Amino acid sequence: MNGTAPPTLEVRNLRTHFFTRAGVVKAVDDVSFSVPRGKVLGLVGESGSGKSVTGFSVMGLVDPPGRVVSGEILFQGRDLTKLSEEEMRDLRGNRIAMIFQDPMMTLNPVLRIDTQMIETVLAHARVSREEARQRARDALGMVGIPSPEERLQSYPHQFSGGMRQRVAIAIALLHRPELIIADEPTTALDVTIQGQILAEVQKLSATTGTALIWITHDLSVVAGLADEIAVMYAGRIVEHGTVAEVLDRPLHPYTVGLIGSVPSRNRRGEPLRQIPGMTPSLLNLPPGCPFRARCPRAAEDCREEPPMREVVPGRDVRCFRPHLEAAEEATA
Amino acid sequence: MSSATLDRPQPQAAPDAAPPMVELRGVSRRFEKKLDFAGKLARRLGAPVREEVVHAVDGVDLAIRRGEVVGLVGESGCGKSTLGRMVAGILPPTAGTILRDGRDVATLPPAEAREIKLRTQMIFQDPYASLNPRMRVADIVGEAPLVHGIVARSEFDAYVDEQLRRAGLDPAFKRRYPHQFSGGQRQRIGIARALAVKPDFLVCDEAVAALDVSIQAQILNLFMALRRELDLTYLFISHDLGVVEHLSDRVVIMYLGRVLEEAPAEEVFRRPNHPYTQSLLASVPRIEARKRAFSVVQGEIPSPLNPPSGCHFHPRCPHAMERCKAERPRLREIAPGHRSACHLNDAAAGTA
Repeated sequence: MNGTAPPTLEVRNLRTHFFTRAGVVKAVDDVSFSVPRGKVLGLVGESGSGKSVTGFSVMGLVDPPGRVVSGEILFQGRDLTKLSEEEMRDLRGNRIAMIFQDPMMTLNPVLRIDTQMIETVLAHARVSREEARQRARDALGMVGIPSPEERLQSYPHQFSGGMRQRVAIAIALLHRPELIIADEPTTALDVTIQGQILAEVQKLSATTGTALIWITHDLSVVAGLADEIAVMYAGRIVEHGTVAEVLDRPLHPYTVGLIGSVPSRNRRGEPLRQIPGMTPSLLNLPPGCPFRARCPRAAEDCREEPPMREVVPGRDVRCFRPHLEAAEEATA
Repeated sequence: MSSATLDRPQPQAAPDAAPPMVELRGVSRRFEKKLDFAGKLARRLGAPVREEVVHAVDGVDLAIRRGEVVGLVGESGCGKSTLGRMVAGILPPTAGTILRDGRDVATLPPAEAREIKLRTQMIFQDPYASLNPRMRVADIVGEAPLVHGIVARSEFDAYVDEQLRRAGLDPAFKRRYPHQFSGGQRQRIGIARALAVKPDFLVCDEAVAALDVSIQAQILNLFMALRRELDLTYLFISHDLGVVEHLSDRVVIMYLGRVLEEAPAEEVFRRPNHPYTQSLLASVPRIEARKRAFSVVQGEIPSPLNPPSGCHFHPRCPHAMERCKAERPRLREIAPGHRSACHLNDAAAGTA
């Protein structure tokens, strides 16, 4: 953890709020994490938990009425929140790349793949057109697209959903970025295609040393892919640790409930363990722990916001009453 | 191919001679894209243009017994939704027969056909798209029972309250519109609407796919509670194997319009027979997995416009032989209640 080189990305106390007419939506509220080189962080949460806005904040893609209110986003030691729009443009798509759930967010439907990819290469590199094309072809090959030379001349609509997502990933890889933020890139795909893409991504992050933030609602996807997991709820990270720690010995009641409601963790045919209620509206969220209305362990002091604290060595949890008994049982 | 091989005693249903609640015999559904004017003209002039035909569902036999939950699994484009719509009576098949309680639904007199349709209800993936945004919840839930004379006008309010409560909604909200509810609550409205006409059979098409995990668990629990309470039979269509494993008594695997495998749920997950089922199970991310290499099925799902010859799965199958390219494997019983359509079973039986 305390090596000499700084982590690829370090986010400190990030707050991204949206100033709407109805009030302030604190989509990201005091989020801190870091991703070392070559590691994969799984950012997990349900809809509205702030996981995507966290990704957009790092990319500098938060549009009004939202803005990063405070905090630092240190990319290789440089604070991205202090950069001008021009300096950000220089990094985006070059040293930091993003992959979206819908590949058509990345692809222009009326341009051929080669046009789009060459344009991306030339935006950040001073190379000849021919070399740019070569790089595009290599990138397509890297993500497992058969006969890349021919596929370069196709339009996006000529690809299947899985192939389109591969092209989007290839575009993200063009400049060998140090950091990739992937926002639910396999959610819309069939399981067999998802398996193929996860396998490619796993290979790539291991060989290129790219740090990866994998945003998802699906704990099972990050279980096999990530090194660490950060669980988000109502704009905050409520639990953070290695995959084995978080999934085998969850400490926060929300994480416990989330894992418990996965069907494969339940006896067949028996009622699933469920979290009662639903995620609160982030608009005018009352103070205190946002999970307390659904929490079986909630007590009077949960009306105060619990701080993120290290309850077991190496385990950060935002809860006054973490499931320590489970952790002790496991270590005993 | 007959239902006789399937009539095994089940915990839910006593073994009897009664016909299955729903039975499909050789059911197919084709969709044709008619030639436009230019196409017709070109054909008249001798150009080799033809109408495009998709065999969305291709000769499916299936029996669902009373009280059973059948999980229908497959990837996009496999025809599972089309099959569900035919079973629900929304879409007529282009070939084959659908029997309800042993009687062909296509030849029923109109009054009985209507009653059968009422007793089969469907729950959709996107509750918002399947609820009329300009109707209040009370009317969404209560309209059909009122029209069909299930409830009198004077008892309307009490009836709607009961339906909402049963689906886990507070009747105090019945004057609201669908947009004022969350995704999970909207799905509950859809369930209340379906149950309001007293069906005995529900077709759920990806009914929990759009919901967050914690909400999904709530809705699945509701489905299971309703099954016990109202003695319902389900056809549960999903791409999510975890959900299907948890809920189903029997699982049917489809690929490009055909059923490849069918067996009791535990059997499918413990001893998958068809290579497609095996690779499907291997691709599912498991929460128990740790930094593992993801196993990979080769290739993509072929276009249903132009499906491969013989066994539809042969271009992606690691065990494909010459025979698989030429001959369509028959769905046949390989163990009691376990049917699979793969030539490998013949080879195994031959050598054994």
